[in-house]
Amino acid sequence: MSEKFYDVIVIGGGAIGCGIARELSRYRCNAALLEKEEDVCSGTSKANSAIVHAGYDAMPGTLKAKLNVRGNAMMEQLSKDLDFDFKRNSSLVLCFSEEDRPALHALYERGLANGVPDLKLISGDEVRKREPNITDEVVEALYAPTGGIVCPFGLTIALAENACENGVDFYRSTGVTRIEKTGKGYLLHTNQGDFRATYVVNAAGVYADELHNMVSARKLHIVPRRGDYCLLDKEAGNHVSATVFQLPGKYGKGILVSPTVHGNLLVGPTAIDQDDKDLTATTAEGLAEAMEKATKSVKNIPFRQVITSFAGLRAHEDGDDFVLGEAEDAEGFFDAAGIESPGLSCTPAIGEYVATMVAQKGGYAKKDDFKATRQGIVRAASLPVEERAELIRKNPAYGTIICRCEGVSEAEIVDAVTRTLGARSLDGIKRRVRQGMGRCQAGFCTPRAMEILARETGMTMEEICKNREGSEMIKG
Amino acid sequence: MIRHDIVVIGGGPAGLAAAAAAKKKGIDDILILERDTLLGGILNQCIHNGFGLHTFKEELTGPEYAARYIEQVKELGIPYRTGSMVIDVNNKKEITVISREEGLQIIQAKAIILAMGCRERPRGALNIPGCRPAGIYTAGTAQRLMNIEGYMVGKEVVILGSGDIGLIMARRMMLEGAKVKVVAELMPYSGGLKRNIVQCLDDYGIPLKLSHTVVNIEGKSRVTGITLAEVGPDRKPIPGTEEHYSCDTLLLSCGLIPENELTKELGASISPITSGPVVNDRLETDQPGVFACGNVLHVHDLVDYVSEEAALAGGYAADFVKTEKDAGKAPVALKAENGVRYTVPQYLDPEAMADKLTVRFRVADIYKNRSICVYFDGKLVSRTKKRVLAPGEMEQVVLKKEEVLVSAGLKEITIRTEVEES
Repeated sequence: MSEKFYDVIVIGGGAIGCGIARELSRYRCNAALLEKEEDVCSGTSKANSAIVHAGYDAMPGTLKAKLNVRGNAMMEQLSKDLDFDFKRNSSLVLCFSEEDRPALHALYERGLANGVPDLKLISGDEVRKREPNITDEVVEALYAPTGGIVCPFGLTIALAENACENGVDFYRSTGVTRIEKTGKGYLLHTNQGDFRATYVVNAAGVYADELHNMVSARKLHIVPRRGDYCLLDKEAGNHVSATVFQLPGKYGKGILVSPTVHGNLLVGPTAIDQDDKDLTATTAEGLAEAMEKATKSVKNIPFRQVITSFAGLRAHEDGDDFVLGEAEDAEGFFDAAGIESPGLSCTPAIGEYVATMVAQKGGYAKKDDFKATRQGIVRAASLPVEERAELIRKNPAYGTIICRCEGVSEAEIVDAVTRTLGARSLDGIKRRVRQGMGRCQAGFCTPRAMEILARETGMTMEEICKNREGSEMIKG
Repeated sequence: MIRHDIVVIGGGPAGLAAAAAAKKKGIDDILILERDTLLGGILNQCIHNGFGLHTFKEELTGPEYAARYIEQVKELGIPYRTGSMVIDVNNKKEITVISREEGLQIIQAKAIILAMGCRERPRGALNIPGCRPAGIYTAGTAQRLMNIEGYMVGKEVVILGSGDIGLIMARRMMLEGAKVKVVAELMPYSGGLKRNIVQCLDDYGIPLKLSHTVVNIEGKSRVTGITLAEVGPDRKPIPGTEEHYSCDTLLLSCGLIPENELTKELGASISPITSGPVVNDRLETDQPGVFACGNVLHVHDLVDYVSEEAALAGGYAADFVKTEKDAGKAPVALKAENGVRYTVPQYLDPEAMADKLTVRFRVADIYKNRSICVYFDGKLVSRTKKRVLAPGEMEQVVLKKEEVLVSAGLKEITIRTEVEES
């Protein structure tokens, strides 16, 4: 395989890598993104709380604090520009006892210091007036109207497509195995041949320490911190309307109950440090813990309506803050590492922050033909009846429903496969159009989706994978 | 707006039998809406035999059984549309349907027959911990891939759940050269038919482990193994009983859920036990003119009973179209207790009921030497001895109109099991 040359290579196609690639695509530079999995949005970005935090959590002055508030402010316009699902549903941090009130008030003060707009402390009764299912133990809460929920797949894939349309080359199923510093940049060895780049952006999620440590003596150390979640049927989606957090304190930290932007109810995550960076197995204990702690905040959660459970990994760096910028002893090697919560919320701001640094370093000027918008996949089921009828008249494939639970038509799946950076796996289709994400969890539509993927890509049925190579659906 | 007298939602065994019965009762303007590309429903993938013993006194395969009703529907000239998905129904009986050929249409029906069938309980709803690799299939999905599409889903198989589809698939995979290592069942008894345990497991030497469940799934890409554990009376895994099985496939046959999303949209009440609509003796939901039959109403053990029930629903829908009269709430409630989980129907009207009414139900556990007792307002009216009762098999009692009418002012009929004094 011949070597490929780029000005900038971004390693990692999660939300952060794609966000940086998209911002870099504003500049006149030759850029590429390498993703080791078969699709973007396959690591931390695919399994998380899907929250756009208001920004009161992080200590004032940290990158987390600064970029969270900025990221939150940018998200709404970005969701319109790039056509992904985002909703400002507000958030609540619950305080369960008198003695915890000072900690809640400290959180409020921290939010003010971070510049979070419109924060308010409200009484337990007022909380229950807003959210009738909040438990009686709640004495006070921090209310943040700017808190939001987002589709993490939609965000990441939209950023990737837009970057791609603006000239960034994407190499999927391309994992970096070794990095060498060369005279004028870096040589990246991958399973798909060698790449050379003047600048490297390391957005490799839980693996970012390993890549960083290949070129820098100032070592990073990332611990994959697993979180287990339960997702409930849409019938339970209105159980709360705001994202409900618990005040970190004697009841443990961090179990939230939140609607998702698609109308399901999400409960989780736990926080369990582990060694394996590739293991997202849930445990019975983890799921039980998530459900039990959630009942502290919210009563009568209909756990019988759980449709799936999953686990995700957070990239927790020992320094407890994002590691953003050029490595001190590796010129031209930029880290975007240790991106744990509120990383997803910061995506647009980190993209801007890192891309600006790289562009300044390289002296790249802005393009005048940057296309800031992207058209998403039409969700026929969400259209008014007349528009949907018109759509089917124009393209009858919108009239063939493949996924009955989520109402996804054949045309949408074809679009997911054939568009820019199209899906190559069943999970890729699922994350683009929600086929198989409903209550039957792909029981009925799996064979049909496999057929469409095979037909549109020329793959054989035996080659169809759930996600990465080795996850073939047919065997024997 | 398009108008039809009767719209049947679902072209599986229930929908076909209901439509045929309605036509025979003199209603010509019927339309069957089927979401799949063929009529016949799930029977099309059930290529094993054993269907139709009650109805046709012979053993048919699923497709053969379906074909008999499809032929009938065609001979009777009942219009049907395939590839047509109903996306909405409201309480004015307006049905929104979409299809490739006809686009999006709204149909006004005088009567609706709900016959959407059921779906399988997925892994997520079972909350099985572990990885989420390829190779985890519900038994029915695997059945479709193998029997309709012709693809083998795996070579080394563990099956969780001993529902009938799981048992049938155990045999099917063995016949295709796969190794089925074990069938695990959470409950202390199988949820499937006795004959299927004998013919699909025993005959192939596949062990059935009762009171066992899957406590972990391994495999980052494709399933590489699972861990089974014994469960106690509380159905929680007992630590120390874990057993590892290497396998590339996990099939799930852990229960069927009636597909009542449309039923809920049109406002009909749903029974929390059956997960199907609450119906009266005419199989009419509490939305006048909306009838239900087959697995959307309650999960059946044999398709013969589906056909029988559906024919009744079709007939009553035809009667409704002729009179278009809301008969009001049926005055007598049927109550299930002491081991009887539910009854279908849940209400009856003594004046309007047929001469004989078959009430179907399932029991909550394996019972030996019990009687099924029927009480009219607390007064015992019948007692039928049963050597064995099992949750996997549907039971029935037949109520006679003359007996019901005799009990003037009857409010409640109770069906319960009682221990036989020996």
